[in-house]
Amino acid sequence: MDIIVNILSMTIPFSVALLLASIGEMFNQRSGVFNLGCEGIMAMGAFVGMLVPFMVGHGGAVGQGWNWLGLLLAALTGALLGLFFAVIVVTFRAPQGIAGIGMQMFGVGTAGTLFRHFVGGTQSIPGMQNTPVPLLCDIPVIGTIFFSHNLVVYLAFIFVPVAWYILFKTSWGLRVRAVGTHPRAADTMGINVNRTRYEALALGGALAGLAGAYLSVCQVKMFSDDLIAGRGFIAVALVYFGHWHPVKIMLGALLFSFAQTIQYNVQGLGINIPYEFFVMLPYVVVIIVLAFTSRNQTTSPAALGKPFNREIRT
Amino acid sequence: MEHISKRFPGVLASDDISLSVGEGQILALVGENGAGKTTLMNILMGIYQQDEGKIFINDKEVHFRGPEDAFNAGLGMVHQQYMLVPNMTVTENVALGYKQAWKPLKLDLDMVRSRVVEISSYYGLAVNPDAYIWQLSVGEQQRVELVKTLCLGAKFLILDEPTSALTPQETDELIALLKKMKNELSVIFISHKLNEVKALSDTVVILRHGAVVFSGNTDDYSPSQIAAMMTGHEIVLPENREEAVRGELALSIKDISVRSDRGFLALDHLSLDVYQGEIVGLAGVSGNGQRELAEAINGLRSIESGSIEFFGTDIANKSPYYVIDHGMGYIPEERNIEGIVPSFAIRENFILKDSDKKSFSRYRFLKNKAISRNAEVLRENFDIRCPDTATAAGSLSGGNIQKVILAREITRAPRFLIAVYPTRGLDMGAIEFIHQELLKKRKEGIGILLISEELDEIMNLSDRIAVIYKGSIQKVLKHGEANRKNLGILMAGVGREEEE
Repeated sequence: MDIIVNILSMTIPFSVALLLASIGEMFNQRSGVFNLGCEGIMAMGAFVGMLVPFMVGHGGAVGQGWNWLGLLLAALTGALLGLFFAVIVVTFRAPQGIAGIGMQMFGVGTAGTLFRHFVGGTQSIPGMQNTPVPLLCDIPVIGTIFFSHNLVVYLAFIFVPVAWYILFKTSWGLRVRAVGTHPRAADTMGINVNRTRYEALALGGALAGLAGAYLSVCQVKMFSDDLIAGRGFIAVALVYFGHWHPVKIMLGALLFSFAQTIQYNVQGLGINIPYEFFVMLPYVVVIIVLAFTSRNQTTSPAALGKPFNREIRT
Repeated sequence: MEHISKRFPGVLASDDISLSVGEGQILALVGENGAGKTTLMNILMGIYQQDEGKIFINDKEVHFRGPEDAFNAGLGMVHQQYMLVPNMTVTENVALGYKQAWKPLKLDLDMVRSRVVEISSYYGLAVNPDAYIWQLSVGEQQRVELVKTLCLGAKFLILDEPTSALTPQETDELIALLKKMKNELSVIFISHKLNEVKALSDTVVILRHGAVVFSGNTDDYSPSQIAAMMTGHEIVLPENREEAVRGELALSIKDISVRSDRGFLALDHLSLDVYQGEIVGLAGVSGNGQRELAEAINGLRSIESGSIEFFGTDIANKSPYYVIDHGMGYIPEERNIEGIVPSFAIRENFILKDSDKKSFSRYRFLKNKAISRNAEVLRENFDIRCPDTATAAGSLSGGNIQKVILAREITRAPRFLIAVYPTRGLDMGAIEFIHQELLKKRKEGIGILLISEELDEIMNLSDRIAVIYKGSIQKVLKHGEANRKNLGILMAGVGREEEE
């Protein structure tokens, strides 16, 4: 019983970085751009996020406000990198896959270099405190699993319905969906396709930056070169997994993080199976699920990956 | 519009064009493919910018930087390829342009929905505001396009080949509707179907190679006079007049059922026989299983039940290679996707099906000289207009691409030919040529299955006409029995109940 509660209570906070990044990637892809550079933006976000509380407290305790400032600056950095990516793939119409790989290497490399320059070796920080929800956290089992985490966790899950509302109930969301599916139709309706894609990429970048900072400030509470460990790519995969829908993406993030926490816990039990097998498990789950998800043509953004040029007929 | 010119790399798409439309008038803009009709209208809508020339509305000069400016001036355009987002509802599609509903934090879809209902009942255009576009038929989508344009306040409609995908009945309805709406609207109507131009328009403007060659009152000219001015020479589409010489049974389809991409039964126990030396026309509104039938015969789609015999050999669920090897010729529906490899040279496209034959390769190495020689011969015989045969096939015009495919399929000396929408979107000159070639093959004793939604094409060429509706054959008519009316009725699915 204890181990199950333990696994579930870790599943929730461990899923947040994936959740934020993949919701951001969902906005990118809904607008017709897939950003493989998510990993790189997360790395930059993780570095910027932890740098603020580290510089202020020299590795020691700081006021919570500095952590929040770190998260905010990380989101800002992510948004700027998203816009930079937009310049490359929207304005200059570079192939998105290649540009994304470039973005990933640029982000991870720059974050690591700056980290060595400003911080030096691996240093941990106290990071974000947990804020159990009053009353609710006292409920046995459920309180531990759902209501004893830090504030960002709650906010991230509240953001899922918000993202749904933005995408399906606002005019901006309508524009994003239109330019991602039939940009020419959107263009004839007087919608600025490129501008909408810039906006979506900025939002997606901001969420990826925030996701990275969540890892360094709230979850692991340190920075290292391999902190992101492929989560950016998993986030891209989760968008396909969740069929570009926020709620399904959330379920995907939870499933992945569930498989991952099983791995941590089983390692501790000393079962005589090579631990690499369990490390592998979450990734295998994603691959299997992706292989079997149906390719539903009616929901996918049909113009995904295609640059838009008004004067070239397709 | 006065003295409009527009250049694209390598071509002058609009050459000093001037035209004008009065209030409550319908102007027909006719011309062959590539004559620059659509380009001109895109300039009018602010989608393209003209290099020279001016646009006036009510005697005031206007500059449209984008479609939004054109909407505000009361212009609206229904494009040939419908500009609807398939995974959104009708209401959402209208909302894309309906700025009044864009509240800061909320999109007021209720407001858009009531506007859609209001417009559709006012003009008698039945649409379901909550349906998703992908659920709608082509005719319904067109109504949505009209409603959308009218919802955005258009007083001046531009319709780009509005009837190209409609059934005859739907076309008649549209024409009646436009005549009714003409009291309140001005219309520019792009078409190359001359009977519609005659039926609908007050004035007619003919474009050829981007320039106006004629303009005048529609009533003063006959369709054939207009056709001659459009192409620059008299066009008489060939007809199948000779008695059919029926040979052996070539293709025998028995009771086949096939599923579509979306999983429903696209062909439902369909049976059809085609003999050597005859052309069987398969008429029907597109989307009733034509594509699936052609793919099933050619080994491109798996068959759930039933059999397909090709000269006595069972070819059901065999590989495309097997089917080709048994003498099947295929002119596919999507000429740019299935018919050619667009980035390959024309001469490479000619040998796609024969690259491993002795004539074009030795020990798996291509014989480039033989390939070029072959290409030159075909280019000559089929009058393919291109800089040279090393040009990428994808850069050719639709008509020339179709000639490339036709040349390849016919010169492979097939025992049978399936042609799917072989003239869709082509101009009169190219249609004439393709019809002649098909009739020539028939005379040589080859069986042809012609899938088309152009009733004139089917009635001109076919010895027998089969009508397909919802995946099965409604009825097979002889050459003389069919006319536009009874075919149209059969295509719409009426008549089946009466017979049963």
